[in-house]
Amino acid sequence: MEFFRIKKDIPFMRHALVFNIISLITFILAVVFLVTKGLHLSIEFTGGTLLEVAYAEAPDVEKIRNRMIQDGFSDPQVQNFGSSRDLLIRVPLAKDSDTAKVSERVMASLQAAAATNAPTLKRVEFVGPQVGKELASDGAMALLLVVIGIVIYLAMRFEWRFAVSAIIANLHDVVIILGFFAFFQWEFSLPVLAAVLAVLGYSVNESVVVFDRVRETFKKKRGLTTPQVLNHAITSTISRTIITHGCTQMMVTSMLIFGGVALHYFALALTIGILFGIYSSVLVASPLVMWLGVSREHFIQPKKEKEEAVV
Amino acid sequence: MNRYPLWKNVLVIVALALGLLYTLPNFFGEAPAVQISSVKATVKVDKSLQGRVEDTLKAAGIVHDGIFSDPNSIRVRLTDGDSQLKAKDAIEKALNPDAAEASYSVALNLLSSSPQWLTSMHALPMYLGLDLRGGVHFLLQVDMKGALTKRLDATGADLRSLLRDKGLRHAGIGREGMNLTIKFREAETRDKARSVIADAQPDLQLVDAQDAGSPDAPFKLVGTLKLQAEKRIQEYALKQNITTLHNRINELGVAEPVIQQQGADRIVVQLPGVQDTAKAKDILGRTATLEVRMVDDENSANPAVMEQAAKGQPPLGTEYYTERGGRPLLLRKQVVLTGERLTDAQPGFDNQTHEPAVHLTLDSAGARIFKDVTRESVGKRMAIVLIEKGKGEVVTAPVIRSEIGGGRVQISGRMTTVEANDVALLLRAGSLAAPMDIIEERTIGPSLGADNIQKGFHSTVGGFIAIAAFMSLYYLLFGFVSVVALASNVMLLFALLSMLQATLTLPGIAAIALTLGMAIDSNVLINERIREELRNGESPQAAIRAGYERAWATILDSNVTTLIAGVALLIFGSGPIRGFAVVHVLGILTSIFSSVVVSRALINLIYGSRRKVDKLSIGQVWIPGATK
Repeated sequence: MEFFRIKKDIPFMRHALVFNIISLITFILAVVFLVTKGLHLSIEFTGGTLLEVAYAEAPDVEKIRNRMIQDGFSDPQVQNFGSSRDLLIRVPLAKDSDTAKVSERVMASLQAAAATNAPTLKRVEFVGPQVGKELASDGAMALLLVVIGIVIYLAMRFEWRFAVSAIIANLHDVVIILGFFAFFQWEFSLPVLAAVLAVLGYSVNESVVVFDRVRETFKKKRGLTTPQVLNHAITSTISRTIITHGCTQMMVTSMLIFGGVALHYFALALTIGILFGIYSSVLVASPLVMWLGVSREHFIQPKKEKEEAVV
Repeated sequence: MNRYPLWKNVLVIVALALGLLYTLPNFFGEAPAVQISSVKATVKVDKSLQGRVEDTLKAAGIVHDGIFSDPNSIRVRLTDGDSQLKAKDAIEKALNPDAAEASYSVALNLLSSSPQWLTSMHALPMYLGLDLRGGVHFLLQVDMKGALTKRLDATGADLRSLLRDKGLRHAGIGREGMNLTIKFREAETRDKARSVIADAQPDLQLVDAQDAGSPDAPFKLVGTLKLQAEKRIQEYALKQNITTLHNRINELGVAEPVIQQQGADRIVVQLPGVQDTAKAKDILGRTATLEVRMVDDENSANPAVMEQAAKGQPPLGTEYYTERGGRPLLLRKQVVLTGERLTDAQPGFDNQTHEPAVHLTLDSAGARIFKDVTRESVGKRMAIVLIEKGKGEVVTAPVIRSEIGGGRVQISGRMTTVEANDVALLLRAGSLAAPMDIIEERTIGPSLGADNIQKGFHSTVGGFIAIAAFMSLYYLLFGFVSVVALASNVMLLFALLSMLQATLTLPGIAAIALTLGMAIDSNVLINERIREELRNGESPQAAIRAGYERAWATILDSNVTTLIAGVALLIFGSGPIRGFAVVHVLGILTSIFSSVVVSRALINLIYGSRRKVDKLSIGQVWIPGATK
């Protein structure tokens, strides 16, 4: 079996400008959604209390919400979770009340709302305000560290132009994932953050494979223009790109199917990341390298690097 | 020829054998067990206890599946949940004849049912996180400012007795914020006092000040804690709190609790298997501290003053409290003693009245202070205040009949036997050096934990099967080798996680799945490269060699970038993210080994030694122009 029978290099770079404009538009759209709608942050970031409860019979969500408001909870969120018999209840942080006791008060309130249909507690999560703030700043620090680390590594291994284009292309993926989460108001939780950062590493890896080929082609084949080299590199790695991402996506799809609610958004973030990862490393990073003016001379000047061609 | 040198083949075999060995315990599952540990420092867990447990079980006719002991506990493995409960009851009865004075905690636990020889070589199953096994997780924040003010208050009391001993008259000692202010009438006394205090309290930084506002005592000494002292006090407070939590949790019998410091001022508490959050919070939330203070008898007897005090305006230097039983009292703000001076607390009975009582033992410094105070205050009342969650309750406020020396103190009055027990337990379990707040809580029910394991497992297996099927179809034999390499990657990863006893959480399982999905990339790269070399007309053997060699640079680069992301997550992540990052990073490392070294070893085994290879089973290799 062989899926890809490509006779000539596909002229990706001829349409580079079009791709870059498409990217720019999606990127801007994502930013607009992020700014206007914002992320629906989970309580891990905002602080508050979350309870997951299971009922024997499907409860009346509206009734429970009313009862909770009656019991003095401001703005409780009550929603079905997975099935009609499971509920997820979120209570925002209240300044005055004894935060550690909130879960007990909620349970009392739930019991009062449906005396005959008492819920069982499956999970409680309480996050204080200081923790949430720290998580947000730690997340930002992690992102920064990844970006700096990757840029330094790629600049050392390849060339600063590659490093810059790879990181721009992949940050563009990250922003687009966030844009999706903002647009659909999916819950942005810690596992999703982990997924986003993993995607960053993963799709840089994608760009690396293409760049590796670019470097090799520059060294081996003389007389090709930069766009031709890029086209050749992309074409000769395209089958690997599709197959690898296909395999990863199989795993992620399996998580979407079997992983249940807990892994749902994690898998969703990965799916978007994988799709845009392919697109961005092939069609965003490469044109960027071209605009930045990479050329043969960047690879053949130092004699040391020549040895690497064989490696 | 493609052959590995002997050492490489040996390396692969050893790695895989070790991997298999350390993965094994995970397949045996867990069996119900009963865990016995000591709750008193004086009661040791030893061989004789093990004998007693064995005899007890024999007497009760309960069949066990092995008894294991370590320095801190004895664990009895049982065959089913029913006999586990029976065994717990039987052991509890035999070891703790008097429930009120339990020397041992007997708790239900789970033990790996892997054979002894595996356990003895530290091949343990993976350590499951709370989200997979169920339990409670708390993050507690220690109020460091509270620890410091407490220390300053205590220092203030010390200074008072110090200056009195030296015969130096002061005009008041008080704490204002983080400063300790000592007022004097004469500059001369102040100078003397300064040298005395500097000798006795090296932790204090003393600065002279003038107070023009009060003409009769214009000379002041302002003491602040030195920076090193502050640091030391904070470290001590954290350690003391951890010890206290240990004691409390042990008294209540939780199997395998985790109590750890996190950062400079936080403590993580994880109680696996505990489902009752309310009770767990009660254990931790009883952040009780003990204080001994003097009662302001004059004002407490004055109804008009008390009425004002009840409205929140107590006389200067006093605080309004309610005694157990409802009677209000005014206590002096000065703290005579704190729970830190306590070495033991036991429930018992008053020798004369036979009322339930709590017998306290103080350390030498505490005993001296107590002696001095009681000598000077015969006929006055002294209050013992238990402070829980920032609210104080006067347990008892007895009249001091005579000087009490020797450091043995008895609290009695208006207590039932149960209350005496409770108070003794709370006091014995130690007081907290600084107040704490729960800033994060996570409770996971046991069914949800099992559910999570299953979901994670199904996702991984589903994805693995899909990848295996595809790879085998697309790359034929080479695909199959890739799948074997991938399977060995899973095994090595499991073995590594088991060996390191890193905590596996649901995000961790997700990371396993994701890492597998990514790890196949290396094999795809290699296989594609080999095809390409074949397409360019290389001979099969040369294609294998060139394929592996050329792909290596790419594999390294791409894995390093992924690794950078993983390490960043590891550094900055906490909780769920950390669980993800640990597995992710380990998975990248094992995947490099298995996809490059293991798969090459297999390919070498299959093709390497053949003299002539016509065709590689790597799927169809399409050569442009050749087919059409």
